[in-house]
Amino acid sequence: MQLSQEDVKHIAKLARLELNEKEVDKFSNQLSDILSHAKILDEVDTSSVEPIAQITGLKDVFFDDERKDCEFTDELLAQSPMEKQDHMLKVKSVF
Amino acid sequence: MSHVKGHMSNVIMIDLSISQAHEGLKNKKFSSVDLTQAYLDRIKELDSKLNTYVTVTGDFALEKAKKIDEAGDFSSPLAGIPMSLKDVVCTAGIKTTASSKILENFVPPYNAHVADRLFDAGAVLLGKANTDEFTHGSSTETSYFGTSKNPWNTDCVPGGSSGGSASQVAADLATYSIGTDTGGSIRQPASLCSCVGLKVTYGRVPRHGVMPYASSFDTIGPLTKTVEDAALVLQAIAGRSEKDATTPNVPVPNYSDSLKTDLKGVKIGIPKEYFQEGVEEETIKVINDGIEVMKKLGAEVIDVSLPLTKYSIPTYYLLAKSEASTNLARYDGIKYGHTTDSAKKLTEIYMKSRSEGFGDEVKRAIMIGTYALSAGYYDAFYLKAAKVRALMKKEFEEAFAKCDVLVTPTSPFPAFKIGEKADDPLAMYMADILTTAVNLAGICAMSIPAGFSSGGLPIGMQIMANQYKEENLFHAGHAFEQATEWRIKKPNL
Repeated sequence: MQLSQEDVKHIAKLARLELNEKEVDKFSNQLSDILSHAKILDEVDTSSVEPIAQITGLKDVFFDDERKDCEFTDELLAQSPMEKQDHMLKVKSVF
Repeated sequence: MSHVKGHMSNVIMIDLSISQAHEGLKNKKFSSVDLTQAYLDRIKELDSKLNTYVTVTGDFALEKAKKIDEAGDFSSPLAGIPMSLKDVVCTAGIKTTASSKILENFVPPYNAHVADRLFDAGAVLLGKANTDEFTHGSSTETSYFGTSKNPWNTDCVPGGSSGGSASQVAADLATYSIGTDTGGSIRQPASLCSCVGLKVTYGRVPRHGVMPYASSFDTIGPLTKTVEDAALVLQAIAGRSEKDATTPNVPVPNYSDSLKTDLKGVKIGIPKEYFQEGVEEETIKVINDGIEVMKKLGAEVIDVSLPLTKYSIPTYYLLAKSEASTNLARYDGIKYGHTTDSAKKLTEIYMKSRSEGFGDEVKRAIMIGTYALSAGYYDAFYLKAAKVRALMKKEFEEAFAKCDVLVTPTSPFPAFKIGEKADDPLAMYMADILTTAVNLAGICAMSIPAGFSSGGLPIGMQIMANQYKEENLFHAGHAFEQATEWRIKKPNL
């Protein structure tokens, strides 16, 4: 399978990555190779198989629903490179 | 004391395993400050050559060592022993970069749970170990801070992604190191550098505060000089935590009890798929010689088959890169980390900060993952791989119904040259062909030194055991290690 440059640009947009033309070219070839290789999975019959996402079989892990204060509110906010105002971050306009 | 004499005693001190250093500290042969200073001297002397530390925390280490000496309490086997943490393990007040530009100046406000457990056990932190960027890689070549070198041949990679950690342990730049293993990132570098690398069962060690690659695969474990040391470190970091809901309530056994020197009654399975084309003949011979040693120790050896092995690489990278693409979405240029200075509107902050901050392999992972999860391709890629994963888990369960451990090579080849695979991502993924199935099945495995190639490069043996059967790894690994002398051989630096 071959990913076109348009495909690559579309995925990059979904992934919020800005790629230059050289990167688009490189990734369209590399991603095509990698995804073509993945097509060998079609050889495996999975028609009656449930997919797995939790490998040790744990389910429904609950903890007490208690309110806890964050110990690091100010330190965490201080990590942001954005302007701050009353424990809020000020970001650029959407449009 | 003359300079030369002092230097020599340092060499002897840093050569010690955790258990040996512990004896020395307990019996007051040397202090934790002496030991820590010896490592810091060695790092100063050698790390410009090996590039294994992103950050060295000398003052922090000496302060902790002094406290340990003053308290004089060596009831914990890790008390006063200097170690390193892979630079994805968060450390409060100490830069944690994931070897990425996007986190180049990131200083976490809290410790990872595994770091807290080690610090509580008296561990002395020497510094943060280099890794592939966000652990994406098998060579450390994707690190923003440059590749680490293999101490056995500095033209070669140390493996990855925990390559800084493996190189440090092999070159005596730390007594042990904590790494992470998502598809082989502890075992493969341990194999390429000749040290012990333990990949624990999924959920055995809490992941809180460790930067994720792929959350249903990620595990945290030690790289050590001996199997006994791996057991000692795991004892300190294993077990359920409220900070990680994927850690189950499975009891943590006393791992040192499993360190036996014979293998009577142990059944070893040899999966033939791990000895086929793509695996170098020299590597196969070394492992077959190792299996003979295990037979002499009393093990019963049987053939088993894992026919899905050949599908492990695509299954792994589809799932792992999908999970990675979602995990890496948190880096937006707003909350923390690198932000662009050329954005006029919000979407530009995201697009430009991420493009400036991430390296090539991480971008590739995000692209593959986004594609595999996107509408129209989800069923054909992500879901298909998640089904194959279920079959692989079953295949391992069937194998472990017949035997206690499986024995295979860890890496299809010894350390490769720096640059050799850097421009061919698929060839680089293939370096993990013998390790990823373990992560897909969530089982545990360990790489131990098993010999050398004709070119003098280390070759590691991989031992696998079923979920939460780490003691089987320690039993087989310790017996093999004590019957051979591979661990004693040191790189000439």
